[in-house]
Amino acid sequence: MLAFVLRRVFQSLLVLLVVGLVAFSMFRFVGDPVDNMLGQERTQADIDRLRTQLGLDQPFPVQYFKFLQGAVQGNFGVSYRQGRPVADIIAERAPATLELAAVSGLFAITLGIILGVFTAIRRNGVAANAIMTLSLIGVSLPTFLIGILLIYVFSVELDMLPSFGRGDVVDVGWWSTGFLTKSGLMALILPSITLGLYQMTLIMRLVRSEMLEVLRQDYIRFARARGLRERAVNFRHAIKNTLVPVITVTGLQLGSIIAFAIITETVFQWPGVGLLFINAVQFVDIPVMAAYLMLISVMFVAINLIVDLLYFAIDPRLRVDGRH
Amino acid sequence: MTDPVLSVKNLVVEIPTRRAVLRPVDDVSYDIAPGEILGVVGESGAGKSMTGNAVIGLLDRPAHIAGGEIWLKGKRIDNLRADQMRKVRGKEIGMIFQDPLTSLNPLLRIGDQLEETILEHLPVSRAEARKRALQALEEVGIPAAAERLGSYPHEFSGGMRQRVVIALALCAEPSLVIADEPTTALDVSVQAQIIALLKRLCRERGTSVILVTHDMGVIAEAADRVAVMYAGRLAELGPVEQVLNAPRHPYTDGLVGSMPMASAGKERLRQIPGSMPRLGSLPDGCAFHPRCPKADAECRQNPGPTLDATGGRAACWFPVSQEVSA
Ligand SMILES: Nc1ncnc2c1ncn2[C@@H]1O[C@H](COP(=O)(O)OP(=O)(O)OP(=O)(O)O)[C@@H](O)[C@H]1O
Ligand SMILES: [Mg+2]
Repeated sequence: MLAFVLRRVFQSLLVLLVVGLVAFSMFRFVGDPVDNMLGQERTQADIDRLRTQLGLDQPFPVQYFKFLQGAVQGNFGVSYRQGRPVADIIAERAPATLELAAVSGLFAITLGIILGVFTAIRRNGVAANAIMTLSLIGVSLPTFLIGILLIYVFSVELDMLPSFGRGDVVDVGWWSTGFLTKSGLMALILPSITLGLYQMTLIMRLVRSEMLEVLRQDYIRFARARGLRERAVNFRHAIKNTLVPVITVTGLQLGSIIAFAIITETVFQWPGVGLLFINAVQFVDIPVMAAYLMLISVMFVAINLIVDLLYFAIDPRLRVDGRH
Repeated sequence: MTDPVLSVKNLVVEIPTRRAVLRPVDDVSYDIAPGEILGVVGESGAGKSMTGNAVIGLLDRPAHIAGGEIWLKGKRIDNLRADQMRKVRGKEIGMIFQDPLTSLNPLLRIGDQLEETILEHLPVSRAEARKRALQALEEVGIPAAAERLGSYPHEFSGGMRQRVVIALALCAEPSLVIADEPTTALDVSVQAQIIALLKRLCRERGTSVILVTHDMGVIAEAADRVAVMYAGRLAELGPVEQVLNAPRHPYTDGLVGSMPMASAGKERLRQIPGSMPRLGSLPDGCAFHPRCPKADAECRQNPGPTLDATGGRAACWFPVSQEVSA
């Protein structure tokens, strides 16, 4: 068990190194930040001075090494655009994205599992069929379109929910939260649905097909033959077996929720790291982009690790240290 | 004679398909006395499992009971509501399936699976249920039963798992157990043990058993009476020594002739020519007639006589060895 965890952590570190390298080298070709930072009236001397100041004149491996060295200490350099440490900027923006991701993740998982189980148990019912048909729309519409549609209906036509921003936020220590004010909560609704809808339908369809598969198994038949209640059969015997494969996909989906937040944050002008990234791309703000990518990959790697550990918790067959 | 535990009367199971309505079980009737073991034999697709599933109310749609009655201890059960039938399952009728590897939920400890079944059917406390679960495991011969309550199914061998399955089927003390090929998936070396265990436990408790099997040896070993099924119908029904020693239906005769034990040394194993017709294309008359050495015009037109009507043991117009035992 411990050996397994150590091995996975080591693999994760390797992955991060590679991602860092790819991200870092990619940005070298995005454009020259110096162009953006200096105005029209610049001299070659200005340019050279700035290059030296930013370390851009050094050979590539040196730049990468310095980047890694800083990153390990939580120091991602200084934003070209804002002139402030990238770590500070991200720490400022992270709560917005994390709260949005958490709410839409929760929405996607709970509704996905509930609807998936429901449509599996009532597989021939009218409601179940209607949900399945609707879910096709959820899968096929692009995120930004869903966002715009929601804004049109609930903000423009019905005027019920805000169409942009976070509403009022309260600072709890360095964390700014929208959970504590009414406008903050209201502002979360549309972006969360937009961001979570796609994952929700994916999880729902996955849960449904897994559940249908499990319900065909002999042990479900045997549970019925023992006279167990439908409730016990569905929710004790079937669900647990359904969740084993669902966990992996769901874990990866949560990772992509944070990654996909870029689009949703742009549509709703949500002041999170996704919006920060988009702005950074326009300005070729390399330190910000690199830090963002590293953060996202750390998140994916961590989620993967957690998923593997969850497997152990749920499925006794994987616990090799059990009694025999 | 004592009242039967189970009485199946003219049972018909139908499966509507796009082309036609299939009848995997057609006009099957039998009684089972308390403590009796009824063997059910017949080749694959004869309707053995369908009959068992109909009795315990677990037919998979679109199959359904289309006629006849099923009585359990003087109560009619084929027309019970789903929730009433659920209370019969496990409590009155236990069921054992073929494959012990897939019959147990891999994610639940076997102690918990036993406990939930006991708590569902008997008015006992959790502690008492735990005690009974332990007892049930001990009775089926699981070594170190107290520790094994906390084990998961994958920690047992196939034979041990089938013992656990038997414990589960019997833990609420049903008066009838349907064992659908309980040893087919097991090693030959443990098959006899499992059958002996099942037989002993049911004798001790006075539980009746419907023992479905392909193995005539198992029938000879364990059953009191035998029902021979062919293409959804009962071909022959009678006490095991009579059916095995003096089969009347030509199909039973063929089955018995193909038993290695019966013909040891004397002659080569016989084999019934041809194969059972599929449900969609049953011939007119007796379904066995195309394979029957004695078939004539009568057999091609009329299905064999029903068992009760003639008072005979076999559904056949020209039974074998009638002279001998009549
Ligand atoms: N959904 C279905 N549609 C059509 N025919 C079916 C369906 N389910 C079962 N059957 C048919 O019903 C018949 C009876 O099946 P059953 O499982 O009772 O046979 P069996 O005697 O138990 O055979 P085996 O020894 O292989 O277990 C078979 O001929 C099978 O092909
Ligand atoms: Mg069968």
